[in-house]
Amino acid sequence: MSDLKKIKDEFLSKLREKLDISEINQIKSDLFGKSGLISIEFKKIGTIAESERKKFASDLNIIKDELQDLINSKMKDIESAEINKKLEKEKIDITLPERSFVRGKIHPVSQTIDEISSIFSEIGFSVEEGPDVENEYNNFTALNTPENHPARDMHDTFYLDEKKQKLLRTHTSPVQIRTMLKDKPPFKIIAPGRTYRSDSDQTHSPMFHQVEGLHIDKNINMGHLKGCLNYFIKEFFEVDKIKMRFRPSHFPFTEPSAEVDIGYEMKDGKIIIGEGNQWLEILGCGMVHPNVLKNVKVDPIKFQGYAFGIGIDRLAMLKYGINDLRAFFDCDYRWLNHFGFDPLDVPTNYRGLSR
Amino acid sequence: MKITFDWLKDHLKTNLKEKNLLDQLTNIGLEVESVDSLSADNGLFKVAEIIKTEKHPNADRLKVCEVNIGENEIKKVVCGAKNAKEGLLTIYAPPGATIPKTKMKLVIAKIRGVTSYGMLCSESELNLSEESEGIIELPKGYKKNIGKSYFSQSKSHLIDLSITPNRPDCLGIRGIARDLAASGFGRLVDLKEKKINSKNKHTLKVKIKKEKNQGCTAFGSCLITNVKNSESPKWLKDKLISVGQKPISAIVDVTNYVMLDMNRPLHAYDADKINDGIIIRNSKLGEEFKALDNKNYKLESGMCVISDSKGVLGLGGIIGGTRSGTEFHTNNVLLESAYFEPGSIRNTAKKLNLDTDAKFRFERGIDPLSIEDGLNKAARLIKEICGGEISKVDIQKIEPYKIKKIIFKPNIFEKISGFKISLKEMIEILENLGFGIKKDKKFLKLSVPSWRPDISQEVDIVEELVRISGYEKIKYIEPIKQRKKSTLNKYQKLFHFLQRSVASKGYLEAITWSFSDQRYNDYFRDAKKEIKIINPISSELGVLRNSIFSNLIMYTNKNLDRGFKDLSIFEIGPIFNGSNPGEQNTVVCGLSAGKKSRLSWIEKERNVDVFDVKRDVIQTLVEAGYDSQKFFIDSKTPNYYHPGKSGRLFLNNEKNQIAAYFGEIHPNILKQIDIKTESLVGFEIFMDNLKLPEKTLNDLKVKFSFSDYQKSERDFAFIVNKDVNAQDLINSISSIDESLVKDVKVFDVYQGDNIPENQKSIAISVTIQSFEKTLNETDLEQINNLIIKTVENKTGAKIRS
Repeated sequence: MSDLKKIKDEFLSKLREKLDISEINQIKSDLFGKSGLISIEFKKIGTIAESERKKFASDLNIIKDELQDLINSKMKDIESAEINKKLEKEKIDITLPERSFVRGKIHPVSQTIDEISSIFSEIGFSVEEGPDVENEYNNFTALNTPENHPARDMHDTFYLDEKKQKLLRTHTSPVQIRTMLKDKPPFKIIAPGRTYRSDSDQTHSPMFHQVEGLHIDKNINMGHLKGCLNYFIKEFFEVDKIKMRFRPSHFPFTEPSAEVDIGYEMKDGKIIIGEGNQWLEILGCGMVHPNVLKNVKVDPIKFQGYAFGIGIDRLAMLKYGINDLRAFFDCDYRWLNHFGFDPLDVPTNYRGLSR
Repeated sequence: MKITFDWLKDHLKTNLKEKNLLDQLTNIGLEVESVDSLSADNGLFKVAEIIKTEKHPNADRLKVCEVNIGENEIKKVVCGAKNAKEGLLTIYAPPGATIPKTKMKLVIAKIRGVTSYGMLCSESELNLSEESEGIIELPKGYKKNIGKSYFSQSKSHLIDLSITPNRPDCLGIRGIARDLAASGFGRLVDLKEKKINSKNKHTLKVKIKKEKNQGCTAFGSCLITNVKNSESPKWLKDKLISVGQKPISAIVDVTNYVMLDMNRPLHAYDADKINDGIIIRNSKLGEEFKALDNKNYKLESGMCVISDSKGVLGLGGIIGGTRSGTEFHTNNVLLESAYFEPGSIRNTAKKLNLDTDAKFRFERGIDPLSIEDGLNKAARLIKEICGGEISKVDIQKIEPYKIKKIIFKPNIFEKISGFKISLKEMIEILENLGFGIKKDKKFLKLSVPSWRPDISQEVDIVEELVRISGYEKIKYIEPIKQRKKSTLNKYQKLFHFLQRSVASKGYLEAITWSFSDQRYNDYFRDAKKEIKIINPISSELGVLRNSIFSNLIMYTNKNLDRGFKDLSIFEIGPIFNGSNPGEQNTVVCGLSAGKKSRLSWIEKERNVDVFDVKRDVIQTLVEAGYDSQKFFIDSKTPNYYHPGKSGRLFLNNEKNQIAAYFGEIHPNILKQIDIKTESLVGFEIFMDNLKLPEKTLNDLKVKFSFSDYQKSERDFAFIVNKDVNAQDLINSISSIDESLVKDVKVFDVYQGDNIPENQKSIAISVTIQSFEKTLNETDLEQINNLIIKTVENKTGAKIRS
């Protein structure tokens, strides 16, 4: 038995025992220290006969690696055992509550406006806006509703001056006028915004939201109107099929005019859109009246098209099961939290409007 | 407009059922608002007589009535009506009956200890009128009807239609029947009123005064002499009751019947009470008369009145006067059938705040050619019921009526509707609607029926044709998914970004009304003009808001009352600077109340403070693409902020437009509003003042540069006068060399021991890094000295040794 084998066996058996960190360090120094057993053997290499030198060196290296690996792994074991012991002491009650995080919410009306914009964006509408305070001309006269027209009765108007020249817009339709006066046809816009009527009860709020739609081009007819609204309603309620009814109505600024009902039914106190045989009125629309086009210097022989007005709050109520219109503007923290949307939920076409 | 199928059948021959009728009405634009079962289970509402009343033993205002409900059956009913008295004929509803107005089913009930078997009804409870004062008083003639049903035993439902303002012709049953017939729902019955061929002279002189703005253009009348006014016969009463009208007397009932039947309002005068003939003229300022609603009206000048030599008899087309009203003992009747200008009617009614059935019809436009038919029909009926002789008809006119003509090119129909119908079909529809048609090669020459004031151009004809042929024929043309213009402009994108950015910082979005309580608005008005609403919904909502704070603070207070202690809300929307269109700004306004980390086992509790809102404002603007390095902040804020704990922010030091305010709300306001919270801080970002960043985010992303050389951090402590702003120190250090100074942080601010009074110590850490090399000690030393020198020179600071 050579010296090397002896060293190897002796120390392997020593390392097999249970050792602490200082004992291991001792072994390490016994072997690899300046005068350690292995270090001495290495020094011998030069003295060994040429013929055996190669083998000796090779054996020595193998033994060195073996012992060194064992020592390293032994030391790692001990270190991790010690760390584990320390961590055991640091244990906390992980069921304690986390740090607080508050994210705000987006109001359902804002969310609905974004949904509407997203849908109409896909079919080429862009968003226009107008002021909340309007003059009498833009709100009524230009829209073919001259003074003393009985249709003005349907709009309980808030006025800002005794002469009744300045008012809070009663609908978003004046944005049609502003848009058409500003630009040249074709027009393809929606205009969401605040509207006001001096009417206040369970189902009416003196302020509410509407979205106006206007599409003027050559040869836009009632079929385009029907197709556009059918598309919108389907997309908005995220259903494949919708039951929709166009019926004749009257607005001074459109001719022919229509009101649109959608079919619904009640299931377990919840409203289901698109089925059933109950009808729900959701919007008014029609072909823009030639008088309106004349008022904004658009030639009604060359250009024609449709307009519509939809109550945004109403749509939000239907889609999100909100019963009380007044609550929209009541700022109840509980309500805002419940019906509000995470600001990260931006309605988009590719991700869908809602989760 | 209330109708029944039965009444419609006077004008319409049809085999179709009521169910089809309802659908068809809606399909042709005569929207069915409601279908009432009033006349269906109405056999229950009986004519009854009160035979005895006694005071209720336990209630001063109630009476216990014994009521004869026929065949000697007496019921005890508790009644609160003042007019309940012995001998009164009224309407009794038994237990089990459903009250039309409230939809409540009656049960036998104890009222204050006395059992009541049913109820005595008011007009409003039976939807007969708005009259809710007292129970119905039926005329004596009903005595023979005691025990019989008050309503006629028809199976016809009461159908309430919502008639759009353009269709006055459908405010008469015949007009509705005509539309239905045109749409294929039966055939319109031909009813030519026979002319009255009377030899009796019309002895009352009628004159329409020719003056400016005369509201009456034609006035037809006839006299019916020696009548005996009475209650109406059953058929007439039933008819009126079936559509919710209350029978009064034969003469009045006939005029109402003709109005409802053919939309021809009439007025009946007691001819003996008219002095020296009728003059239709403009009123003079201050003239007065007592109208049939028993109210006195004081007139302005220029209102169209019917008068005699003694003064005003009534307001033409709106309401008659009591002085010349018909009564049961009226002998001679003057029947009026006139045309009044819609505008004139509307002006007068609006000024006097008057609304009547006649006004409602005249302001929408009555058929000017129905004057004679109306007189014929009504006079004949009155004669039938009340006897007497009819005089010749007299019609005064100041303007002849001209039939409107329209040249209609048939191809315009498809151009607008998008579908085709044949010329034959078009002609048939228009003929059925009453149009006169002359065919030409390329167009139709149409005469518009006189009852259709709404039709004046080609497109109106298109509507008629689409409406009658059916809106369901309009095709669905799928929209093309193509976008030529971006959906939102840059400001709109900014709006949406700010909205979601602020919400992501813990604020709940609120939407409050654009108007506000004047008191609250005043707190936040600052130097702005107050904008009053002339006709507010209530005095608490009397002004347009000059700031969003007024509403937010009010609602925050309400939420605090609900028991929430820590809350943050915001709104993005308009504030108003003036009452002209466009004098408004879009503001993002946030409000935060209470504490952070209340009752947390892990985090230290503290009040929300100005640096919370400052962070929210700055972070929001940074996210929106503005460079915080360029921001400039000073402490000049409006008077609703705490003067020492608030700031205003500019996007750069040119200080052109205020981007935002932030700070604590002035404690005085909290006191006055009586809001109880530990702390209340808020901010306002003025969107219109945010100049859009010159570079888009994409532009900024194109250039990517960084340095891998070693960074060094150096700390400095400066002693400065108390009023020196940290911002000045930071800016002067940053401006030394932007390529070297990477970051400047304030890590301590100290006042007190070891620092002279009126001075403070600001400790700053500066990160220095070069793009070109690792800086050696000499380089750093040079920069250090430069920093110290610059700060000392610019701010008067002294480095603390």
